[in-house]
Amino acid sequence: MNVAESFRDPALCKGLLERLHSELDQPLRFMEVCGTHTVAIFQSGLRPLLPEGITHLSGPGCPVCVTHESEVAAFLDLAGRDDVILATFGDLMRVPGPKGRNLKLAKAEGARIEIVYSPIDALQLAIKNPGDTVVFLGVGFETTAPTIAGTVLMAKQQGLNNFKVLSFHKLVPPALKVLLDDPECAIDSFLLPGHVSTILGLEPYQFVAQNYKTPGVITGFDPVDILESLLIMVEQRKKEDYSIVNQYKRAVSDSGNARAREVMFSVFETADALWRGVGCIPESGLVFRDEFSNFDALKALDITVTEAPPTPGCKCGEVLKGKMQPGDCPLFGKGCTPAKPVGPCMVSTEGSCAAYYKYSV
Amino acid sequence: MSKATLAEQTLLLDHGSGGQASNRLIGSLFFKYFDNPILNAMNDAARLEIVGPLSMSTDSYTVDPIFFPGGDIGTLAVHGTVNDVAMMGARPKYLSCGFILEEGLPMETLERIVASMANAANEAGVTIVTGDTKVVPRGAVDKVFINTTGIGEIFASPAPTGSSAQPGDAVLVSGTMGDHGLTVLSGREGLNFATDIKSDSAPLNHMVEALISQIGDIHVLRDPTRGGLATTLNEIAGQSGVCINLREGDVPVRESVRNGCSFLGLDPLYLANEGKLICILPQEKAQAALELMRSMPYGADAAQVGTVRNGDDGPGKAGQVVLETPLGGHRLLAMLEGEQLPRIC
Ligand code: SF4
Repeated sequence: MNVAESFRDPALCKGLLERLHSELDQPLRFMEVCGTHTVAIFQSGLRPLLPEGITHLSGPGCPVCVTHESEVAAFLDLAGRDDVILATFGDLMRVPGPKGRNLKLAKAEGARIEIVYSPIDALQLAIKNPGDTVVFLGVGFETTAPTIAGTVLMAKQQGLNNFKVLSFHKLVPPALKVLLDDPECAIDSFLLPGHVSTILGLEPYQFVAQNYKTPGVITGFDPVDILESLLIMVEQRKKEDYSIVNQYKRAVSDSGNARAREVMFSVFETADALWRGVGCIPESGLVFRDEFSNFDALKALDITVTEAPPTPGCKCGEVLKGKMQPGDCPLFGKGCTPAKPVGPCMVSTEGSCAAYYKYSV
Repeated sequence: MSKATLAEQTLLLDHGSGGQASNRLIGSLFFKYFDNPILNAMNDAARLEIVGPLSMSTDSYTVDPIFFPGGDIGTLAVHGTVNDVAMMGARPKYLSCGFILEEGLPMETLERIVASMANAANEAGVTIVTGDTKVVPRGAVDKVFINTTGIGEIFASPAPTGSSAQPGDAVLVSGTMGDHGLTVLSGREGLNFATDIKSDSAPLNHMVEALISQIGDIHVLRDPTRGGLATTLNEIAGQSGVCINLREGDVPVRESVRNGCSFLGLDPLYLANEGKLICILPQEKAQAALELMRSMPYGADAAQVGTVRNGDDGPGKAGQVVLETPLGGHRLLAMLEGEQLPRIC
């Protein structure tokens, strides 16, 4: 068995599950912040095997899910311009904006939209199309922001004037604070995102344990990772001794990636940001520093983000905050399905509503 | 292409005009490679020797890129239709092929495609008996689109159908899943992370013939092309009104495909295959069928991946596919909604 397989080893998981069943002595509501964890938990079939006392909540950590309606409106606005080529990661294509319009529809109607796999591809696109402005849709968390910042630095070096980024990046720790400050959320512990933490390390999460007496475990995406992390949470709550633990040491260093953070903050600075379903969270977004305003699609293309009203009937906010399980939304599976999504949680492959709809037997 | 056989090196609108240039193209290219008495008779339609019941299928091929490791649009156009015809328990015999070509296409490219179609047809034992060529202005199509229609004689009785899966049956696949889909995706995007993957594009009619004549009692045969294994099994579960239990750990997937998928956030169970079949038959015949498939050129990795159940016993309902994970947990394996798109992080 190779290393990767050992983290999926059924025998090992069985042992961990048994320990979890025997050691759980009080109910545990845990939230995974990251959409990839949501999917991992469902895909591995772990969910129905967890002890009854464990309540699993899906948090605000799917970048597509938290992209605000007004931000989608800005994408659509750009997609309508003749001299603009939009470059985007694929999963933004289906996110509904105001009146249910999305980029897929805009593309079918003639908008020039290219699906890329990295911001570098978008840069290449700009080099190949000197007569057009290529706008890369900068959506995502700390995981993707450094690469995008790096690409901006490259564009600057090459003196490229037709490459822009629409930066709607969001930062994870400020969102955790909002959840912890809201008594209705009642989250006992966090499964912290593996990918985001490769950049952040432990430090930015310390307030969770210190100020809110809540365990947080940075973890990977295999069942063994998740089960080990749940055991750590149970143990911390038993001992009433709370800390941030790095279970995912094979990928995440405790100090994160300082170089990546440096690159990210050389191009961007923090600002308030709109989160779909949640609203404005202070200092939770990344905007361009003044020196880079030439690359800022908002400024260079004169886009104003006007706050679009939330989608009527959609309970995404409640779901993202762990106040409601997807199945309890009155639209779930009726007015809202992956074929006809009302809210972003049903659109993204990593969204919690989509996961419940797709995987629950 | 040598200058002696064809003066023009680039495809022009003239080549679709029906006049001299068309004739030269047809003579020097299609007739040269597809050479057979029926085509050579040059009538308005092909005269075929065939007895019923018949299986007939048509499909249009628009793959991008047109050349990829393991095949090209031409091999796909032959294999895809041959396989569809064969899955009815039929011996595919004849193919038609229609080309829609973009003005400006290098003649060399077209010749490569036609040559691989001829080879593919040869291997499958089918004859290309009629065809059509249209050349459209630049930009009206992307390089080349090919339509093929196939016709074959159904020799299985009763013929396998998607509605014949029965509780207690075994679900087999003839090999690894997702090879074609991931190859084309990574080719399209110039992703070089998975250098050793190639399309599984292959004719399956010989395997179908062997399964039916040597094993028999085959309830369902399907090739899991677009939408992959997950979508095809969902179709079968729906058509047959049964629940299919798929054991994830038993589904063969190449390590490189698995890694590529996890990198891109894709699921190999939803990726297209072009040289694999699903065979559903009574459990007591499963072992013999697997041994037979494994002894054949395109069946080395054949495996039993699941079983057919009644809707009421166990997790899941009639019409659903339930995935049993290696941990022993169960989850729904739904049909794909839209296309699979790579994710952000
Ligand atoms: S089911 Fe649909 S409408 Fe309801 S919370 Fe989820 S995404 Fe929003």
